Amino acid sequence: MIAFDNVAYSYGGGELLSEISLRLTPGSFHFLTGPSGSGKSTFLKLCYAELLPTAGSVTIFDREVRSLGRDEVARMRRRVGVVHQDCQFLDHLPLAANVTLPLAVTGRETNAQDLADLMAWVGLGQLADALPPALSGGERQRAAVARAIITSPDVLLADEPTGNLDWEMSLRLLKLLVELNRMGTTILVATHDLNLIRNAKQQVAARVLRISNRRIQLAGADL
Amino acid sequence: MTLRELLSEIATPDRQADRVVPPSGHTAWLTGFTAGTMAFLAVFALALSLAAGRLADRWGEALERTATIRISAPEEQMELQTRAVLDLLATTPGVASARALTDAEEHALLEPWFGSDLPLDTLPIPRLIELQEEGEGYDAQGLRQRLAAEAPGAVLDDHLRWRQPLAIAASRLRLLGGVSILLILASTAAMITLAAHASLAANAKVIGVLRLVGARDIYIARAFVRRFTLRALTGAAVGTGAGLLAVALLPSADAAGGFLTGLGFQGAGWLLPLLLPPVAAVTAFLATRAAAFRKLKELT
Ligand SMILES: Nc1ncnc2c1ncn2[C@@H]1O[C@H](COP(=O)(O)OP(=O)(O)OP(=O)(O)O)[C@@H](O)[C@H]1O
Ligand SMILES: [Mg+2]
Repeated sequence: MIAFDNVAYSYGGGELLSEISLRLTPGSFHFLTGPSGSGKSTFLKLCYAELLPTAGSVTIFDREVRSLGRDEVARMRRRVGVVHQDCQFLDHLPLAANVTLPLAVTGRETNAQDLADLMAWVGLGQLADALPPALSGGERQRAAVARAIITSPDVLLADEPTGNLDWEMSLRLLKLLVELNRMGTTILVATHDLNLIRNAKQQVAARVLRISNRRIQLAGADL
Repeated sequence: MTLRELLSEIATPDRQADRVVPPSGHTAWLTGFTAGTMAFLAVFALALSLAAGRLADRWGEALERTATIRISAPEEQMELQTRAVLDLLATTPGVASARALTDAEEHALLEPWFGSDLPLDTLPIPRLIELQEEGEGYDAQGLRQRLAAEAPGAVLDDHLRWRQPLAIAASRLRLLGGVSILLILASTAAMITLAAHASLAANAKVIGVLRLVGARDIYIARAFVRRFTLRALTGAAVGTGAGLLAVALLPSADAAGGFLTGLGFQGAGWLLPLLLPPVAAVTAFLATRAAAFRKLKELT
């Protein structure tokens, strides 16, 4: 689904990530951990072609990212749900319109009931008409998750989706991710939250990738 | 880009696509204002160009490169001098042909001035010789001297010649009017391009979000293009209307008399300015579209 082959990335200074070779197989569930500033967000951005590798090759849905035209990148992104670490919205549109944006940009209709169910599940049922700037950090994160999964993407990439959530809400969100994974969605979640990872491991065969020393390794079962 | 694409772009509002870009207060106003002002100016440039064209045509016609030689001589010398002048003209470079007007033709010329009951036969009417120029024309000074020597009663009347520079100036003016319209269009395109760039840059975050959720460039560009096209169309329509009104309110040139036909439009000429709003819309469409695609590549 997404494959890294000897990838390196640098923002211009020294290399932030080096010699990364790994494969996210369809239906897999991965966590990505590592110290702050180690490059988790950078790695996720490489996964949906917001950044292009400075060396090596990244393949998404069997296409080398550098060979993709702008329209092809757009089409690829429709199959990838992304939850940014700094959830960005269209601040002038109400939350409901923001959540359904991925459907709107491809001219698809939104099923009102599906939307209501989704908003209720992430605990935003009452906030459909609120404007994004008026939301709390946690509410924004949940809205970003809702927006990322409304298209039933093949892959979900989430950057600290529970960073601002209380434990109960985190578990609720995790359940949603596990459910999606059971239905076939490939999932990659960057997080610091070891409790969340432990809890997930009880529900699915989640694996943990750890960034250390610019490399990414599969963590052992010692978590 | 086809015309159909353009029309569908303007005619089928995609509410959702329009809303993804936040409303942009003052740039919207400025674009409309610019298009309006430019259309207003273009109306005058057009009026000037058309009026100058009419003048050039009229003066050009009047010129026809002819001149007359008037011979006033005593009865008995008339025939002799006429012959002498015709012979002289036959050998003058720059004169294509020359012929004496018949009595009947002369009478016809004088009738409007003196009426038909005047006994012209009894009056000493000068003989008129009409000549046609060719090539560079004749040397008027030289011809006058030779006439004075050969036929003392002959006077060269080339009064129409002074109009030649005016006719040239008029067609130059028509050209300038046309060039002005092109320049006005070009500056409209330039200003709309700048406004579109500014608008796109101001919405960089919005564009980032749209790209993230899989919007193609064409979808993002459309919201901007539609907006600018409609603004240019509306602004230019208002500007054209105001310009036409101003031209219509110009004092009638006929009252002032003379050969000036005035700066107004005539007949079907009034329809020509109606092309300005659509032309402004097409210009805005192309300019914004080009700007949007270029800027989108820059931004993400
Ligand atoms: N656009 C950029 N230009 C230059 N350097 C950058 C840029 N984005 C990130 N960096 C640097 O790259 C490093 C990794 O950033 P990244 O956001 O990937 O870390 P992270 O692992 O996600 O951290 P966190 O856990 O705090 O979110 C940081 O040192 C950061 O300063
Ligand atoms: Mg990060």
